[in-house]
Amino acid sequence: MQIEAEAPLTGAREVGAAGVELEGVDAAYGAVAALRGVTLSVARGEIVAVVGPSGCGKSTLLELVCGLIEPAAGRVRADPAALMPQRDALLPWLSAVDNAGLALRVAGASRAAARAAAREHFAAFGLEGFERARPAALSGGMRQRVAFLRTLLAGRPVLCLDEPFGALDALTRLQMQRWLAGALAREPRTVLLVTHDVEEAVLLADRVVLLSARPGRIIEILDVELPRPRARGDRAVVELREHALRSLGETEA
Amino acid sequence: MTAAIGLLALLGGWEALVRLGGVDPLLLPAPTQILEALWEDRALLAPDLWTTTYEVLLGLAAAIVAGAALAVAMHLSPALRRALRPLVIGSQAVPVPVIAPLVILVLGFGLAPKLLLVALVCFFPITINLYDGLRAADPDARKLLRSLQAGRWQALRLVEAPAALPAAFTGLKVAAAVAVIGAVFAEWAGAERGLGHALLTANGQLESARAFAATLLLFLLAIALYGACALLERHVVDWVPAGTRGRP
Repeated sequence: MQIEAEAPLTGAREVGAAGVELEGVDAAYGAVAALRGVTLSVARGEIVAVVGPSGCGKSTLLELVCGLIEPAAGRVRADPAALMPQRDALLPWLSAVDNAGLALRVAGASRAAARAAAREHFAAFGLEGFERARPAALSGGMRQRVAFLRTLLAGRPVLCLDEPFGALDALTRLQMQRWLAGALAREPRTVLLVTHDVEEAVLLADRVVLLSARPGRIIEILDVELPRPRARGDRAVVELREHALRSLGETEA
Repeated sequence: MTAAIGLLALLGGWEALVRLGGVDPLLLPAPTQILEALWEDRALLAPDLWTTTYEVLLGLAAAIVAGAALAVAMHLSPALRRALRPLVIGSQAVPVPVIAPLVILVLGFGLAPKLLLVALVCFFPITINLYDGLRAADPDARKLLRSLQAGRWQALRLVEAPAALPAAFTGLKVAAAVAVIGAVFAEWAGAERGLGHALLTANGQLESARAFAATLLLFLLAIALYGACALLERHVVDWVPAGTRGRP
């Protein structure tokens, strides 16, 4: 799997530099404060998960990084980022292959060129034979893979994944987590993964950011220095998960 | 099936009522008398049917072009939206039978006034449904396009316009059903041909059966137009499950 990025992961820029940097960021929707004083630095090639209760401003964080909104205070600097919205946002009238190639169409490629580029990855994504299927004819897991491929094909060095598996059943979710870990191992990117599932965060990320309820503040940042692949039953995984849940104050709930 | 039985019962009752002398056939001819008139006056009515069909199709086409342009303009520009919305809504309060003679006076007896009046009746459902449809696009898909730095035009072409199609077809079907009304009023106000004209002359000559035959043709014309739009919709909007199609 080779997907060209618009900006190289390393190279001209200094190695180990931050792919995403937030400094004392406040964000608000009208009168509602969504984030308060968030400072976070994500190294290039690092996978950082953001966990917190619903409505804590997790999605707002991604919108800031993707440049969709401006911070009310503080500074945001990020390499070009591609967003995978919470619900897959596949366009129901487009085939799977046209949905996957959408970013290329927007960038000016012809329909045929976008299709050809997207089709190349269908086998690796387990989507072979479904090129012409509409989203309504795909399973939940397949829809997420199409949406993820669309995000990758945007060719941005940073991926912002907003609850990518939130709508899936437990079993599919597990398979997709394993699949995403594999895909990111083959194709390293700077990843911001928003989830409400602490376990998912610990299984996939290098670091886990715990956010408080709205307005979201960073409670704690956990380092997950565990070898991959990780399994849910691993003692270290379980311990980190319990630690995170205690920090979030969910264990008493 | 039940609809067919109901229709047959209705027609049977109607026929019996007239034949048994319940109603004067001058006021209400029997269904068989209407069919008879339709057949006997076919040489008279066929050109009228063609004329009205022609007026309705052209008027509808004009309404689609004008309505789509208006809806897109209102969608893209808040200033235009504020300026045009009252006019669009107000256009529906215009009493077509009353202004039809004025339009004829200004535009003459040709095709132009018919086209204008058909378009006037049709463009409101087209404009409003398309406008609502354009705004109904999935917010996540919009957000996605913005994150890809898509331009306003790309967002319209790739997301908003396709998302608006089901609603647009709802508007088109409503327009197709009412288009005939505009043509008839226009013909009443001044025409030498057309089903509206035929209706008027048949009434004047106390040829009730022929008047009803002309009405039957108008009825069938509206149904055929609606059916054509529904058929087109099924081909174009082929991603919406059949059960929910047509609901904006």
